[in-house]
Amino acid sequence: MIINHPLLGPRDAQEFTFLGDASLIDRPDWEAEDAAEKFYEYAYLRDNPAGLHRELWFHETGDRSWLVVTRNTLTHEITDVEMASDVARSKGRSK
Amino acid sequence: MSDNKQTNRLTGGQIDTSRSLRFSFDGKNYAGHPGDTLASALLANNVRLMGRSFKYHRPRGVLGSGSEEPNALVELRSGARQEPNTRATTAELFDGLEAKSQNRFPSLKFDAMAINDRFSNFLTAGFYYKTFMWPAAFWEKLYEPIIRKAAGLGSLSLQDDPDEYDKGFLHCDLLIIGGGPAGLAAALRAGRAGAQVILADEDYVFGGRLNAETHEIGGETGPAWTAAAMAELDAMPNVRCMARTSVLGAFDHGIYSAVERVSDHLAVPSKGKPRQILWRIYSKRALVCAGAIERPIAFENNDRPGIMLASAMRAYANRWAVTAAPRVAVFTNNDDGHRTAVDLLAKGVKVTAVIDTRADAPRIADCELLAGAQVIDTAGRLGLNYVKIQQADGSERTIECGALGVSGGWNPNVHMTCHQRGRPVWNDAIAAFVPGDTGTPGMSVAGAAQGDFSTASALQTGSDKAAAALHDLGIDAPTIELPQAEDTPVNLQPFWYVKHGKGRAWLDQQNDVTVKDVKLAHQENFRSVEHLKRYTTLGMATDQGKTSNMGGLAIMAELAGKSIPEVGTTMFRPPYTPVPMGTMGGRARGKHFHPVRETPSHKYSTENNATFVEVGNWLRAQWFTKPGETHWRETVDREVNAVRGSVGVCDVTTLGKIDIQGTDAAQFLNKVYANAFAKLAVGKTRYGLMLREDGIAMDDGTTARLAEDQFVMTTTTANAVNVYRHLEFVRQCLFPDMDVQLISTTEAWAQYAVAGPNSRKLLQKIVDPEFDISNEGFEFMACREITVCGGLRARLFRISFSGELAYEIAVPTRYGDALFRKIMEAGQEFDVVPYGTEALGVMRIEKGHAAGNELNGTTTALNLGMGRMVSKKKDSIGSTLSEREGLNEPDALMLVGFKPVNNADKVTAGGHLMTKGTPKDAEHDQGYITSAAFSPSLNSSIGLGFLKDGGNRLGEVMILTTPLTGADVEVEVVSAHFVDPEGERLRA
Repeated sequence: MIINHPLLGPRDAQEFTFLGDASLIDRPDWEAEDAAEKFYEYAYLRDNPAGLHRELWFHETGDRSWLVVTRNTLTHEITDVEMASDVARSKGRSK
Repeated sequence: MSDNKQTNRLTGGQIDTSRSLRFSFDGKNYAGHPGDTLASALLANNVRLMGRSFKYHRPRGVLGSGSEEPNALVELRSGARQEPNTRATTAELFDGLEAKSQNRFPSLKFDAMAINDRFSNFLTAGFYYKTFMWPAAFWEKLYEPIIRKAAGLGSLSLQDDPDEYDKGFLHCDLLIIGGGPAGLAAALRAGRAGAQVILADEDYVFGGRLNAETHEIGGETGPAWTAAAMAELDAMPNVRCMARTSVLGAFDHGIYSAVERVSDHLAVPSKGKPRQILWRIYSKRALVCAGAIERPIAFENNDRPGIMLASAMRAYANRWAVTAAPRVAVFTNNDDGHRTAVDLLAKGVKVTAVIDTRADAPRIADCELLAGAQVIDTAGRLGLNYVKIQQADGSERTIECGALGVSGGWNPNVHMTCHQRGRPVWNDAIAAFVPGDTGTPGMSVAGAAQGDFSTASALQTGSDKAAAALHDLGIDAPTIELPQAEDTPVNLQPFWYVKHGKGRAWLDQQNDVTVKDVKLAHQENFRSVEHLKRYTTLGMATDQGKTSNMGGLAIMAELAGKSIPEVGTTMFRPPYTPVPMGTMGGRARGKHFHPVRETPSHKYSTENNATFVEVGNWLRAQWFTKPGETHWRETVDREVNAVRGSVGVCDVTTLGKIDIQGTDAAQFLNKVYANAFAKLAVGKTRYGLMLREDGIAMDDGTTARLAEDQFVMTTTTANAVNVYRHLEFVRQCLFPDMDVQLISTTEAWAQYAVAGPNSRKLLQKIVDPEFDISNEGFEFMACREITVCGGLRARLFRISFSGELAYEIAVPTRYGDALFRKIMEAGQEFDVVPYGTEALGVMRIEKGHAAGNELNGTTTALNLGMGRMVSKKKDSIGSTLSEREGLNEPDALMLVGFKPVNNADKVTAGGHLMTKGTPKDAEHDQGYITSAAFSPSLNSSIGLGFLKDGGNRLGEVMILTTPLTGADVEVEVVSAHFVDPEGERLRA
């Protein structure tokens, strides 16, 4: 597979390490009323879609960027690659 | 001198008869010519018998003339270069080639295992599954070795392969798979348009069937036109023509793998050249021009040497100037088969008859035509003598022939179009599967591979598809002039197998699968094609059923009362043809299998008789044996005593080091460590425990604050990579606006533990005098950037893993060797010793420090006795889920120490703890030992382990049971801190 790195262009997937569902960015608020339940869902519950899947890849032997890769699990077609930090910011994550 | 003359050699062909090549087969010497394959040269020498079948050891000859060959598998070469299971049809002849037949004993002509053939009634489909089922223990010891010996293929030399194999990477706009007329036309059009083109063909000459046919193309012979086309392509800098290169598989995103047989056609690779190269080709577009493969018709005893595909018979005559026998016949269901008769007649070979299953068969060749006839049996012990036929009127007669060309039509070579789950579709006009939706973006198909069988349509579709592919890329490829070529329509009446008699008709000749086996599979309800394949092993041999699968499908369809497309095909998977393991390995062999990381003290350690242990890729000194020491325990005990008695030094460079900088660095550490870090003072070091988000301990280590905005974190050796990855995840994905930067500095600093009561005195001789490292000036857990040896920058940490007064000192790696030697020299007066990982381990167990054995991916901070370290005042990774009820039961496992009641007994890691008097089973399990060692300090075996409610059970005597060895030992639960529980030594 080839991942089109937003900064570095097309790179072979062998340079990357796969983590999993990009929902791992959505870490719950520890002070929320239902924090225990939300963290349980965060840590253990994943969708397993047949089709488009947003997932985290780490450019371990490259520039060490975490990327959010949108991949079709049926065809391996990659339709979008974003910097994970940009995605995190867009979801309101900051410090 | 060769023993035989080339009695079956014809005139013409693409062989250089001015030169002779000597070769041997089963010890007998023969001669051939440059341009020959082993198969063509053997046929020229009137050798039809080339192998024995897999199961029944039936005598077999060549069926095909290329990589589709199921039968003629041979061992090539001898000694370390011996190479099993090579197809004689693709092995290029070279001078001195040694070849041996395989799967026969004692000889090819008399094979004792041919007795299997007599028992064929018992060896039918599913035989292995039915017979070798019970008892299970017999499989490994008895059945498998016998089966392997009896039904094996070639044998390995069992010596190291002396040749090199390489891997390479290529990029192109258009990858053209196959260099026949379609591929050549595509390459010419794309090449002239200036595109980056790779043209790959598995053969050693380009041209495909143009080499095997007599049709003119553009007024020239096929080979002559090909030579001109290749001359043009070779001269184009943007076209890379790769002969002897088999494209093996289509992968994601336009990536293809291919193997180039660089030196297989040479006795020994040229100096500096690899034997083979495994290529990874990154293509923007790919065009499959893989041609088609003829399929046989099944009939009784259709496997005798001399019976081959009609297309192969024609190729041998036209390309290699060889006939398998002086007298041949043809059996066909289509017009194309007749061309074999025409071509062989033209070469002066006697063609006794063309047997055509069609009652209305046209007369094409100038020989006897038996229309509406079928071959019902054959005869000849080790080679064909005659065929028995049933004529249209039902009468039977025999036809003399030493070779029979069989044609059941052609199958487009759809293999490559199915690797990405593409499924072929049925085309009634040619009664064959053609590529459907390939499921492979960027791939298109041209020529015979998509069912366009005439030369003219191959040229046209090759050219058109190349232009279309380039158009996608924005490259305009102008029309090229194509040569005049034959455009014969396909004229065929599907015919799969002769229904006559009770004898065996072979479908898969390599795996010995017959028409009967397919019927049996159907009868026993293995009716899906995938079941049929696995039950009968049809198509599972090294040829992957290239010539046999269609026959099996057709019969299954007939039995099931379905059409062939309803039955469908099995999956095609890479590789297209077998690849040697050595090629897959490439250069990753021996010491190149993985990189070795040497510590800065490696050279010193080697000089001082260290025994090394592999820790990931690292080689670490395990212990340093002194003269006279006869057992490693003796060495390790001495090292421990020396450290606890005076001073020792150990290389701890392998621990992961991560430099963390930025105004939010402290805040960041607060997130990744369960305990608090924000208020750590500059110049101080703190132990940190890192949790996974699920609350399980992930890693631990010390982190030093060198400045307000700079920390140096250490990780365990094993987790250095994972922790770094995790920290980057936290930084980029969870807290993207924190001002914090990370870099791994593991290899930038050589770091040594200097431990023991005399460690300060030793270091005072090395650390430059302006730095006060007295107990008051540099207290326990202090850290500082210092200089040593008169100005060399260094870092000093007062931390202790051994429990002694201890330091870790770091210098830039390039000074690591010098510093280690300097410490040893300065420490002479204190009898300093180098110590290895084993003594390090013994001392940390004596001190009760957790390590990898305790942070084993199932344990929490509470289990490790560090429950109170998890700060509840802040958010950190894992803090919320660590509070889950299930992880905080009152009887949770707690880390405690264990000592044998009887001093002579041993504590064994992995053993389980039982309350005295309870049954030894999982239900009554109380915990387990994680680490154990002999403690020279206590003169006893000791252990660390997790025990339910361990903190409240000190003093209890338990049974430590090790079912693996049957040993039961009484142990006492003690504090994990065996040595200096108050920590006075490390603060001294």
